[in-house]
Parts: sequence; C-alpha cells; structure tokens
Amino acid sequence: MPVISYIEAVKQALDEEMAHNDKVFILGEDVGMKGGVFKATEGLYEKYGKERVIDTPLAESGIVGVGIGAAMYGMRPIAEIQFADFIMPAVNQIVSEAAKIRYRSNNDWHCPITIRAPYGGGVNGGLYHSQSVEALFANVPGLKIVMPSTPYDVKGLLKSAIRDDDPVLFFEHKRAYRLIKEEVPEQEYTIPIGKADVKREGEDVTVITYGLAVHFALQAADKLQEEGISVHVLDLRTVYPLDKEAIIEAASKTGKILLVTEANKEGSIISEVSAIIAEYCLFDLDAPVQRLAGPDVPAMPYAAPLEKHFMINSDKIEQALRDLAYF
Amino acid sequence: MAENRHEALGLTNEQLLEMYEIMRLARRFDERLWILNRAGKIPFVVSCQGQEAAQVGAAFALDRKNDYVLPYYRDVGVVLSFGMTVKELMLQAFAKGEDPNSGGRQMPGHFGQKKNRIVTGSSPVTTQVPHAVGIALAAKMEKKSFVTFVSFGEGSSNQGDFHEGLNFAGVHKLPVIFFCENNGYAISVPTSMQLACEKVSDRAIGYGMPGVTIDGNDPLAVFAAVKEAVRRAKRGEGPTLIEVITQRFTPHSSDDDDRLYRSESEIREIRKQDGIQFFADYLKQTGILTDELEQQIEKKIAKKIDEAADYAENAPFAEPESIHKYVYSE
Ligand SMILES: Cc1ncc(C[n+]2csc(CCOP(=O)(O)OP(=O)(O)O)c2C)c(N)n1
Ligand SMILES: [Mg+2]
Repeated sequence: MPVISYIEAVKQALDEEMAHNDKVFILGEDVGMKGGVFKATEGLYEKYGKERVIDTPLAESGIVGVGIGAAMYGMRPIAEIQFADFIMPAVNQIVSEAAKIRYRSNNDWHCPITIRAPYGGGVNGGLYHSQSVEALFANVPGLKIVMPSTPYDVKGLLKSAIRDDDPVLFFEHKRAYRLIKEEVPEQEYTIPIGKADVKREGEDVTVITYGLAVHFALQAADKLQEEGISVHVLDLRTVYPLDKEAIIEAASKTGKILLVTEANKEGSIISEVSAIIAEYCLFDLDAPVQRLAGPDVPAMPYAAPLEKHFMINSDKIEQALRDLAYF
Repeated sequence: MAENRHEALGLTNEQLLEMYEIMRLARRFDERLWILNRAGKIPFVVSCQGQEAAQVGAAFALDRKNDYVLPYYRDVGVVLSFGMTVKELMLQAFAKGEDPNSGGRQMPGHFGQKKNRIVTGSSPVTTQVPHAVGIALAAKMEKKSFVTFVSFGEGSSNQGDFHEGLNFAGVHKLPVIFFCENNGYAISVPTSMQLACEKVSDRAIGYGMPGVTIDGNDPLAVFAAVKEAVRRAKRGEGPTLIEVITQRFTPHSSDDDDRLYRSESEIREIRKQDGIQFFADYLKQTGILTDELEQQIEKKIAKKIDEAADYAENAPFAEPESIHKYVYSE
C-alpha cells in the first residue's frame, strides 16, 4: 500500500469524488490555478476545468451561500474556507440556512454541501490562523462535524461527507497536512460519519480525543507502555453528533478517563463527552474524569513560547495520564 | 379607451385577467388573515398588501413551469403565480401539518414548495440572495435554460449577502434576476435612513450589471422590465437588478403599530397608490374587465378563501412527536 500524507488524502478524496460524480464541484478562494493555499486542490483545476474548480470572490458568506443554493438544486458543492478562522462571515449561512433547510421545509428540500476548512495550531499562525472552531457549531442540530486524525480516515470520511445528503463541516488539522503519513489502500473505500475509532487498545487508562491530539496521545501511550501503563485511545473522528456508544464503551473499559482537545476548555467538545460519561458511566468510574484542553484565552498567540504554552503536546498528555493511572 | 400597452408585451387579454385575479386573490387572502389574527385564530400576519401588482407583474414575466423563485415573506403574489394554492397558504397561516411550506414549523410568509420550484426560505433577511446565485450557477454548469428570480426589501439590500451575492453573479454572468421591492420602510426606518445612495438600483453598477427602478404600481412596466432581464439572462449576458417602487399598506406585521413612525395622513395617501386598482382601471378602459366580471371574480375569490379558511382551521396540527423528524436524512 502506498504511504500518503494527510493532505494527499484530502486531494485524492476530492479527485475521486469529482471523477465519480459530475455534480461534485469545488468553490473557494485560490482553489483554482493556485491549487489552494495548502495545495489541497492542486491539479484539480487542470483536470476538471474552471467550471468545476471555481475561484470565487473573497467573501465567505457568498461562498457558502452560493454553495447552499447549488446544493439545494441538486449539485454536490465542496466549499473551501481558506482557514477555519475565516468561517465567521459564513456562520449565518451555515447555522441559519444549511443546518435548517431539511428541517424547516419538512423534508421537502435538503442541502448536501461539504464545507472544508483547515484548523488548528502549532504552525506559527497566531490568533487568526490557529483556531479550533468546532465547538461553535457543535450545538447546531442539522450539521455534522468531522475532524479526522489520519490520512486513512481523511480519505474515507471526506468521500462520505461529499456523498452525504446533509451539510458536513470537514475540519482538517493544518499541522497534520504534511506531518502525518501512513499507508492508505488504493482500492475504493469509505468510512461512515458518526463512528469513533479505537486507535489503540489498552487496559488502565482511556484517552478520548480527536484531530492532531490523537497522535500526541499515541506517542504518550508508547512512552507509558514502557512504564507498564496500558493506554486505550479512542479517536472521535466525528465530533458532532457524537458516537455515544463508543464513548461509553471506551470510558467503561478502564474507568479512568482523560479527555483531550486543542480547543479552549469551557464549552468544548470534550465537555460534552464528559457529560455523556457522567450520565452513563458513573458506576464504572475509578477516578474523576479529567479534561486537558487549550486555556480559556481568546486564541493562540503567535510568539513561539506562547504558542507552545497554549498547544497540547504528548508530554502534557503523558503527565495527565500518569496522574490518572496512579489515582 | 386607454392605449393598449399589453399587446406589445405579448400579453393576451386572458393572461391579463389571470394576473388580475391573482392580485385580487392575494389581497383578499391577506385581508382575511388580519381578521383571523384579530379574532385570535392565527398568531401572526406579515402582509403583501400594496405590493401584489408588482409581484404578479414580475412572476408573469417568468416561465412559471421552469424557472426557480426565492421569494421573500411578502411575496404572496409570486407564490400564487407559481402554483401554490390559497388552501395551502391558509394551511400555512394556521400552521397545520398539511402546510406544504413547512408542515407548520415555520411562521407564515416563509415559503417553500419544491414541486413548484419555490425555494425554502428563512427569517434572517437576504440569506436567499446567495442561494439564488448558487441555483443560477448550477443552471449554467448543467447547461439548463431556466432563470432564477430572488426578491427582498430595500432595507435588506444593506446586508452583506446582497452584496456578496450580486458580485458573485456579476463576475460569473449568471442567469439570475434580483428583485427589490422598495416599500419605503424597513419596519420603522425610512429609506432615507437605509440607503446612502438615492436608489437601490444605483448599487448595480458596483457589480457589473444593469440596475433599473420601475413603478411598482404598474404591473405592465414591471412585467416589461423582468422580461428584459430574462432575455439578458438567457442570452448569457448575466444578472439584472430591478427595483420596484411600491408601498406597504399595513404595519410591518401584526405585531407592529405603524402609527408610531408614520402619520395617519401618510398612511391614507399610501393606500390611494393601489397598483391593483390602477390595473383594474386599465383593464376596464381597454374593455377587458367589466363591473360584472369584477363582481364574479370577487365572488369566486371569496368562496375560495372561505373554503380554504374552513379547511385549514379544521385541519390537524402535526403530531407533537414529529418535531424529532427530518433533522437529517431518514
Ligand atoms: C438579519 C435580520 N435582521 C433583522 C431582522 C428583523 N426584520 C425582519 S423584516 C425587517 C425589515 C426588512 O425591511 P425591508 O428589507 O425593507 O423589507 P420590508 O419588510 O419592508 O418588505 C427586519 C429588521 C431579520 N429578519 N433578519
Ligand atoms: Mg421595505
């Protein structure tokens, strides 16, 4: 099996879906001739032409709103928001429109749009090129939010997102784009949205996380293995709606749970995970549920030491897991 | 005898009568809603009164079997022209389960009916403008010949979505018609406090398309302007912005009291500018409408509305448990 990067998986999924269905098209800023600022759409403009890889005016509400109209008509638009931080001008279109079209029309209309956006820190991006924005959308029924951690998951989930009959926000960790590589099969496959994935089986402590932090958790697990602490790692993959069953199973398995996110702590995805555990797993718990998250400051600063202080890393996870193991 | 203006536009006497009947139906339906509201039978009304002539004039210039419309909340004249029935509108007013717009989920005036290509709308104003552009983009990509029509108020032309949508359509020369129903007020705020330019149509130049301002009380003039916009769209010349000058006869909605911001005399004057009445006068002067026929039409309409109201009042609400349905594909 060929080894490909996280961003190569994005590109392959886009390419395959465009080849598979001529209703699929891409719109966004600089996605055409330039191939996207991260090169996620590189080569697609040449292959599919300017009608299907559309360089739009610089206006996010327009990008998403035009995509929504096309989706209601029966197309399969993939809107790229250049950075997740710049999705804010499109929030009304996402929350008031895309999320509610099926519901408000009593199933008469629907809106199969995929909105891709690179998110996350650790790239010297400063306040406005580093944010994790998923929690803002994770209280909006009608939306699905997918945040994969590996190339294999990226490819299978992005294909599912494009085929999905409802709006999907697909957030890609930009630090993972070229950092994370793995073997991905050449044959066609998809991964169902809404299913978490056990990335490592373990017996003593459980980490539940998503995105780049999955890799930090796996590194921490390797280290702790040497100390005789066995770590179970659950990757949420879809952060809204959550895979309750998988969360309950992973939490009950060890009874000691660490929840990790790179986003701000209060009101985060992992806070919801913690609520699910509180509701369903009380008698299986052997320690208080722990959350390890970004601090509750507005965003990630630019200067390297400050950014580092904000970011989650494997050392922080390792320490938190060790504390839990010895609780 | 007035000069015949409609033949040159390709409109037959029968079509004119059909237009007239729809305008009247819209007006009488709306008047009934206010009575039902004041009687405590329906919670809310947002009116088309004063704007029907422009709405029907525009709708009849479209291909009512193929084109897509994204109406705003006052567009009773547009949706009736596109095939929604007064019974369906009444079901919406009563928020009953059979309402094809939303099954009683949305407030009245939030139209949507896929089989008639009336695209579902929401409450935040102007979000429908980029949707129309997206549908027009799809038409271009799929090489379909239909045109997309989207309407909104003049206050709503200040929203970012208006500007983002028009610019996108202008850049890509898309077959879409932007139709602004300028009734002089956005709730209580007059146009002079809404627009830094004189006319909404002045905004068109910034987006590379023609902008015209038309007398909304003259449905034939509106028809002609929309027809020309359709021709441009079909020739691949791109979008057009049409502003119609019209007026709102009622308060903004059943929850508003317009005496707080406009004088009784202004309201009286406004109500004299009735496009439906002007159109009736034209039809009589050209010998198309007689007093007798007018009476027959009124009777027919009253009967339709009575039946619709009876039916809708007695129709069941959706099951409370149904609120869980259709969040996602099922
Ligand atoms: C984004 C948004 N802001 C505020 C409102 C509340 N609101 C509803 S209609 C309206 C005035 C609209 O005026 P205009 O666009 O001129 O249309 P008209 O009602 O006069 O036909 C306002 C402020 C809204 N629905 N959406
Ligand atoms: Mg107005």
